[in-house]
Order: sequence, then C-alpha cells, then structure tokens
Amino acid sequence: MEKLRRAMMFVPGNNPGMLQNAGIYKADTVIFDVEDSVLISEKDAARQLVHNVIKTVKYPCEVAVRINHITTPYGKEDLAVILPAKPDLIRLPKAETAEEIKIIDEIISEAEEKNGFAHGSIKMMAAIETAKGLMKAYEICSASPRMVALALGAEDFLADLKTTRSAHGSELFGARSQIILAARAAGVQAIDTVFSNVNDDEAFIAETTRIKEMGFDGKSVINPRQIKMLYKIFAPTEKEIDLAERVLAAYAEAQAKNSGVIALNGKMIDVPVVTRAERVIGYARALGLRKGGSTND
Amino acid sequence: MTIVGTGQAGTLESSDILITVSPAESGSGIILQLISPVIKQYGRHIEEFIKNLAREQGVSDVTIHANDRGALDCTIEARVLTAIARSKVKAV
Repeated sequence: MEKLRRAMMFVPGNNPGMLQNAGIYKADTVIFDVEDSVLISEKDAARQLVHNVIKTVKYPCEVAVRINHITTPYGKEDLAVILPAKPDLIRLPKAETAEEIKIIDEIISEAEEKNGFAHGSIKMMAAIETAKGLMKAYEICSASPRMVALALGAEDFLADLKTTRSAHGSELFGARSQIILAARAAGVQAIDTVFSNVNDDEAFIAETTRIKEMGFDGKSVINPRQIKMLYKIFAPTEKEIDLAERVLAAYAEAQAKNSGVIALNGKMIDVPVVTRAERVIGYARALGLRKGGSTND
Repeated sequence: MTIVGTGQAGTLESSDILITVSPAESGSGIILQLISPVIKQYGRHIEEFIKNLAREQGVSDVTIHANDRGALDCTIEARVLTAIARSKVKAV
C-alpha cells in the first residue's frame, strides 16, 4: 500500500521550538520550510538549523523540506546543506517545467552517492503555483521516478490568475481538476493547498470534504489544529471498512485458488475495486480503526 | 582562522539561542559569555559545547556572547556555525 499523505504540515524552518516539536501532532508528513516563511536575510541560518534538526530529532513521520526555487540564489545552497542530513522528501515550490525536476533529481543523486545513501531514497514532490506550471503538470509529475506527489499552491496561483479566494472555491476548480488528472496519469499523489484561516473550522471542513470528493490524497496544513479535522474527513466509515475487508478477503482467496474471476455477494470484483479497498484499509489502519501494519511507515 | 567582523545568529525566542561572535585581542583565545535560564544545570555543558564548536571551526581570538533560551544542542550548533560564517571568517 502506498504511503499516506493526508496531512502535510508546514513548519517554519528558522523556528527551533516549532521544528523540534513538529513530530507530536501526528501529521503524516512535516514540511520544514526554508522558502516563504524565512526572511531572505535568514536563509543561511534556516538551512543550517533544518539540517541539524533532521539529523538529531527522531520524527515519527515523513520529513520533507520545502526548498527555495532552484533558479533563485538560494535553491542550490538549500540542497547542498540539507541533503546530507537525509530528508525523506524535497518539495519544490513554483514548479513550471520538467527540466527543474530533472536538475534537482541529478543534485539529489549526487548527494546520495556522496553520502552513502541508497539511490532513490530521497523522494521529490512539486507544487504548482502558476498557470504556466499547471500547463506542464503532467510533465512535471513524470520528470523523475523520485516524484511521489503534486501539490497545489493556491495563493500564488490565484495571484497569477488575477483573482482571489472565495468561500465556494470555484476559482480553484479548474486547477484542482487538472492537478488530480495529471497526478493520477503520472501515478503520483495529489495534495491540495493550505487553508489559511485557522479560525474558520467550518470553511476548512467544507473545503476538505470537497477536495476529498475530488480525489485528493491529502492537504497541506499550516496549523496542527487542522490535522484532526482533516483525518476525520478522510476516515472511512465502519461500513466502508467492512466491505473493503470482505473485498480483500475474496481477492486473496481467488488468488490462492488461481481463479481469474472474483465475486462477492454476486458482484464481480475487479482491480479498481481491490485498489479502492486497499486504500480504505490503509486509512483505517492509520487511524487505528483496524489492526495491522501502518501504511505510514 | 581569525574573526574579522561581528556575526550574529539566532533569536531570543523560547528554545533558541542568540549567538554573537566578534574579534578579540590577539592571544586571548575563546572568551565566552553565557546567559541561560538553565545555567546551574547545564551551564558547563553549554560552555564546553560552544567552545568545542569554535575550536572545530579553527576559530581563535574571539569573543562569543551566548544568550540562551533553552536551546537544544542541535540548535546551539546551528546558531554558532551560522554566526561564525557570518562574521566573515578569513584565513590568516
């Protein structure tokens, strides 16, 4: 089963208190940010701090770092300092071309070799934050086998579109649809944008429900408070879990018998049904609703 | 290596430490001034830790002012290294 990335929580990269405590909120991924949340004059301090914290603190979740864009004066230095600490994932903001992904892929490969890390052990994801990037979403997702997810960064994207965010979210419908399609076509996960108003739980729940229905695997969050609400929305119902377990049992039984046709209660089960069932069980295990190995290791 | 300017890194926020390094007179070695809410419990450890970091960086004849707010060693190390890098260290 694939790694769950329901809640990817941003943590400012130059704040030691927040960095050292980031693991306690049960986010599937923490994203240490050395981009927008760090002043230009503090980039050097943040990347050194993030390096040290990753090397020292044992986090119970995936650790990602959002670097500065590779074409800025900071992006390559971010990678040079942070990669030797071996983060699990590098997130590139404002991705616009497949070439950018390939450049970072090469830099990561060199760092893996130099530091004795297994090749391919450091993953990548990218955020689409411009119309130009959205037009290249599929190429960006497919540019490297390291790519595991594609995210939407709404604030910059809407500024580029010359519009603003609304309660109903129709201004993001096109981008979200295209990101889902590109991510699925490339076989990577789709992650929705942050919801900035941490005091408006009702709107957060409405938006998260909407993006889950659209097919997103998760959402970037900026406040630990949002994680619990998000997990509740992504939690399967008892009825869904029960059906998924029966589907997987029928599938396993058919495989054991080398049977090509699988049926449950008179209904044929095919691969998409099995995949959906595995996904439901993955969420159930992550939430402790069912026993079994967590998919979140 | 010798320090040729003043370099500062960190903040006075909780769990951080503000490190300021500046040149000292020739032959004075590493002069450390530490302020910390846990000076009685960890003062000696923090002092040794910072001095060792400076030595590892090959820095001598330096005054280091450390205003600690309960930082972990990994944070202290990051701030010391950044402050030294910012102080325009140059080979002599």
